[in-house]
Amino acid sequence: MDMILTVENLTISLDKEEILKNISFTLNQGEVLTILGPNGAGKSVLLRALLGLIPYQGKIIWDKKYRISYLPQGLNQLLFKGLPLTVEDFFRLKQKNLTREEIIKSLKVVGLREDVLNKLIGNLSGGEFQRILIAWVLIGDPEILFLDEPTTGIDIGGGKTIYTLLKQIQKERNLTIILVTHDLDIVYDFTDKVMCLAHKTHTCFGPPNDVISPNKLEEVFGGKIKFYEH
Amino acid sequence: MSVQLLLSLISGICISGVAGYLGTLMLSRKMSVVAGPLAHLTLPGAALAIILGWSLFVGVFPFVLFGVILIWFLERQTKLPMENLAAIIFAFGVGSAFLILPIDKAEEALIGNINIISLKETLIVVAISILVFYLTRQIYSKVMLLNIHEELARVEGTNVSLYNFLYLLNIGLIVSLGVYLVGGLITAALIAIPAAIGRNLSFNLKSYQIWSVVSGIVATIIGIFLNHFSRLPTGPLIIIIGVLLFVLSILIKSFKNK
Repeated sequence: MDMILTVENLTISLDKEEILKNISFTLNQGEVLTILGPNGAGKSVLLRALLGLIPYQGKIIWDKKYRISYLPQGLNQLLFKGLPLTVEDFFRLKQKNLTREEIIKSLKVVGLREDVLNKLIGNLSGGEFQRILIAWVLIGDPEILFLDEPTTGIDIGGGKTIYTLLKQIQKERNLTIILVTHDLDIVYDFTDKVMCLAHKTHTCFGPPNDVISPNKLEEVFGGKIKFYEH
Repeated sequence: MSVQLLLSLISGICISGVAGYLGTLMLSRKMSVVAGPLAHLTLPGAALAIILGWSLFVGVFPFVLFGVILIWFLERQTKLPMENLAAIIFAFGVGSAFLILPIDKAEEALIGNINIISLKETLIVVAISILVFYLTRQIYSKVMLLNIHEELARVEGTNVSLYNFLYLLNIGLIVSLGVYLVGGLITAALIAIPAAIGRNLSFNLKSYQIWSVVSGIVATIIGIFLNHFSRLPTGPLIIIIGVLLFVLSILIKSFKNK
């Protein structure tokens, strides 16, 4: 597998407060990296630095320019409440010249039918909304997906469905995915590598079966974690 | 129909139509608070233009452009909430206007007078309206995405700073033109009211834009004709009719939702 990303001694400070210190890791093409950690550990900050959205010290080296797509934290349905924005309108914000057929095709990938096109985004069910977001980030045929808590606000069953869908698409398209989540359950089925963030740095990095243990999780999350080894 | 009435109608339709279209981008609070203060910055410019006998736009636009650059720059540099910056700009606009505005000539600056617009000014209005419409169309999708989620827009390749500036510039241009129609005090309403009507009646983005543009134009045409027959001032008439259309749109919306 080709190495596409090298991160060396990455340190990030926001408003003079050090959030992450000396993070180093590599990522190969077609891998899924999950960043785990408690609230405030700097997971989203790391993702935003990798995307070039915030300043940092150290090195983030991509081996070439990739087509990327990003599902940010906080992109929730509340932002769309009351907006006269249909699913079709929302897709056209990403690419103006997108045809209706192209949108329908991408909806089918996430298991949605054509009839959602004219629905207002604010009126979709939680599950439909998450699927729309996944379809939306896949427009433009990205090579790397950055997903920040992509199942926030939907129930456990719905979340599992989204991850199953993502895994299937990831395999079909050989996508590289960098994912931030709290959801420990998905780590084994979905992920090639895990990074545990705590105490401003990473305390584990590698395949989940090698690096995750009850003790490690207790260290990362700072308490008793209900955990079933896979 | 007299030539003067025709010039008033052409100018009024252009200004209100484009203002309605631009207003549909004011989805977030951040975006909607800037039009008011920028509009009040037209007042000192209008005062100068009236004293010196210039076209209103010539006096007004430099002040508004100053406000556009100030808001854009301060937001980037200070990270102060937009509401604070808006209050400062608002106070500066009103304060400086009443230092220099001759009270006996205040009416034109405050509530506008489209009935005396000249051919030259009408041509300026038409040209700038076309420019603002074109610019708004170009930035529309990206600014809409920015309204929804700024970082998402950045990752999608939007130069946030540039698009914010272009958006503010468009508002600046249209509120500068709005002074002819409704004056500096209420020009922001030309942007806000039609969009609110559009939001009540629309079922997608296209219908939102169409309702907004149409309601702005309809209020303006009715206002200009009512003025023609009643001699009540056009600017306040347009705004009052706009508000009545807004109330009507609420009734239609609640009727449809039953």
